[in-house]
Amino acid sequence: MRAFARLLDDLVFMPSRNGKLALIEDYLKRVPDPHRGWGLSALTGDLSFHAAKPAMIRTLVEERTDPELFRLSYDYVGDMAETCALMWPGDGHGEAPRLGEIVDTLNRTGRSEVAGVLRGWLDRMNATERWALIKLVTGGMRVGVSARLAKTAFSRAFDRDLDTVEELWHALDPPFAELFAWVEGRAEKPDVANAPVMRPFMLAHPLEEGEELDPSEFLAEWKWDGVRVQLVRRGAERRVYSRTGDDISAAFPDVIEAYDFDGIVDGELLVRAADGGVAPFNHLQQRLNRKTVSAKMMARYPAFVRLYDILVAGEEDLRELPLIERRQRLEEAVAGMDPIRFDISEILTPASWEEIAEMRQRAREAELEGLMLKRRDSAYQGGRVKGLWFKWKRDPLTADVVLMYAQRGHGKRSSFYSDYTFGAWRDGELVPVGKAYFGFTDAELAELDRWVRGHTIQRFGPVREVEKALVLEVAFDSVHRSKRHKSGVAMRFPRIKRIRFDKPAKEADHLEAFFKMIGEAGESESVAEK
Amino acid sequence: MRTDESGLYCEPGGFHIDPQRVVERAIVTHGHGDHARPNNRKVLATEATLDIMRLRLGVAAGDTLQPLAYGETLRIGEVDVCLVPAGHVLGSAQVVLEYGGSRIVVSGDYKRRRDPTCAGFEVVTCDVFITEATFALPVFRHPPDTEEIDKLLASLDLFPERAHLVGVYGLGKCQRVIALLREAGYDRPIYLHGALQTLCEFYEAQGVALGPLRYATARDGKEMAGEIVLAPPSALKEVWSRRMPNPRTAMASGWMRVRQRARQRLVELPLIISDHADWDELTQTLTEVEAGEIWVTHGREEALVHWAAQRGLKARALSLAGFEDEAE
Repeated sequence: MRAFARLLDDLVFMPSRNGKLALIEDYLKRVPDPHRGWGLSALTGDLSFHAAKPAMIRTLVEERTDPELFRLSYDYVGDMAETCALMWPGDGHGEAPRLGEIVDTLNRTGRSEVAGVLRGWLDRMNATERWALIKLVTGGMRVGVSARLAKTAFSRAFDRDLDTVEELWHALDPPFAELFAWVEGRAEKPDVANAPVMRPFMLAHPLEEGEELDPSEFLAEWKWDGVRVQLVRRGAERRVYSRTGDDISAAFPDVIEAYDFDGIVDGELLVRAADGGVAPFNHLQQRLNRKTVSAKMMARYPAFVRLYDILVAGEEDLRELPLIERRQRLEEAVAGMDPIRFDISEILTPASWEEIAEMRQRAREAELEGLMLKRRDSAYQGGRVKGLWFKWKRDPLTADVVLMYAQRGHGKRSSFYSDYTFGAWRDGELVPVGKAYFGFTDAELAELDRWVRGHTIQRFGPVREVEKALVLEVAFDSVHRSKRHKSGVAMRFPRIKRIRFDKPAKEADHLEAFFKMIGEAGESESVAEK
Repeated sequence: MRTDESGLYCEPGGFHIDPQRVVERAIVTHGHGDHARPNNRKVLATEATLDIMRLRLGVAAGDTLQPLAYGETLRIGEVDVCLVPAGHVLGSAQVVLEYGGSRIVVSGDYKRRRDPTCAGFEVVTCDVFITEATFALPVFRHPPDTEEIDKLLASLDLFPERAHLVGVYGLGKCQRVIALLREAGYDRPIYLHGALQTLCEFYEAQGVALGPLRYATARDGKEMAGEIVLAPPSALKEVWSRRMPNPRTAMASGWMRVRQRARQRLVELPLIISDHADWDELTQTLTEVEAGEIWVTHGREEALVHWAAQRGLKARALSLAGFEDEAE
């Protein structure tokens, strides 16, 4: 546990991808089986325990500490797991259990005994180990390690080809003893021919400002705003993998059960709106990051996949074929699929570059992010290969709004007022229209924080109401009608574009400006708001 | 003893302790800028603290500077004043005041653990103990400093191509980190930001050996790959640090105990090394001085007052303005 806790702690502070890789590589080379395998699957969020809940940890700490001191400490630290870990009395110079022992014990400990087990461990651990244990049992790692990053670290640590590692990975279970045995030359390469594994995703480059492509060499498609996935079937085994290599099958049984094509396809995971179209991303969000999903959730937010590509059909690997031929094969495959859960991404037929540019500007509905442009002759190659696929996102909308409330942020912003609620004018009054907590630089954040502290007129817990005097230029991807909001509008992906210290609040936008934007884009009111 | 707009004032002695505004007579506990303010008329402190004030403030250190050695007593007005080691930084002192048969101890900033660069804290029993409270929350329990130094050395092994840029407060923390590295067997030259030079030379002159030091300011950045470079925290975000090859930013401070605080400051390698007492040291000290009354100054007063009250001690918060706990 000592090594894992140290790794987790180092990862929290490591901003760079290369640094994260170096830390994980070092861990994998130093720590023996089975601990390193468990550590790896804990990092990627594939390890979960059902017996321990955050509330249980809190109860344990409250038994040991003064309630007033606990309150003051939590108020200061702002994070429950960390407060508990730091406050737990005792020096923790006992011998902490190893990670493998912790995993085994938790897997065979019942709900009624788990509190006692945790208490015993916490007494033997130092603060970093306690923090790591709490993160582990409550399942909130959040150290910025995707499955893809973990696999990359693994392949680098043992000098193996990433694509090969990726293919083996999902066919094997933690703690991955066969995989380690193979890379360390102690065993043959595991045979996964009959396992449902994903292939490395092919990714697009953003189109550079002013860059033009020849429309005759490219296929154009809408870029849908969902989650890019691969659907894999091998015999009876079926899986959905996200672009980061995470297996998200458990959250999407509706899609998985309908997928009976023997092969691998690539597409966008979306939620169907009541009118048959695509629901906004926030509907899909309700379905993400779940270990299980209720029938009610599936009925309310029915998932489907809009297919872009085909990689494997039966025994046949199609990835080397040019895109237009794969497209043909995809159309044939889709014809046999459940139309409720699967459809095919439309091919647009612009005659000229001007027409493409115009289409991109029209991509105003909430469900579209812009355009995809893919070379007709491109093979399906893992990674971001130059010159083959391009994404061209649309320009954001903007408005000038007035800062109304500010709330302290989380994580590294816990001492900054970094979440801003802003409003637009209606009949001489400000009505809140949205909330944003990014888009600004660290220097601007410090400025905004200072402004908020200096212009507070009322406090409500972590929220401050400020003088209605600061204009913010906000950018957002779209705006739609919403009955849940007093103003009647809701923005998607709002962010602070500029702080307008120069502009008087009276000159900020009126609410009608937002309704006008909705009008121009067509009504896009969705189920959730009805 | 009372507080006024300048801070803590001893009426029968006619002097302030660590005043925040210019006063006639000041006793200064140690040389940090928020305790040793410029331009007081008469200043009493340990010889080392006065030297530090001269180095940092020049003529603004004060009109008359009077040294008082640890353990010696001086009568000022109707009060007997004695300075006792506080274990915070070189020259740091607690102020022991005796008047009319009762004793008040003003702790200044202090810590209880061993520090190879200064004299250790001495417990003086008293009737009223006026304590600092920088880390007065039970979440602050500084780990052994050897563990933190190991963290830095392990990182140097793992990232040998990166300059390890460690943010340290110039007085005390800087020299302590160097001394701890030397105790851990690290004998390579340690690079210093120019602003740290004077005080390191002063410590060496006072007999604190720091080993080979190099001044980073005039050098080619590449030379510092895989080396330890110490700089004041403010320099970490400045243009100065851009010369370093892919710097790995560390910070040696008690605040590093709270992850969110460390992340907020964009620290990659937090080192929990503090010159202030942690929660256990504070509560241990309050017990050992056996004072019936506790006054709590700068920091998180509320928690310490609560703790003391739970144990039947009279305790109150003084809420003195002007002390910068962020600088630690």
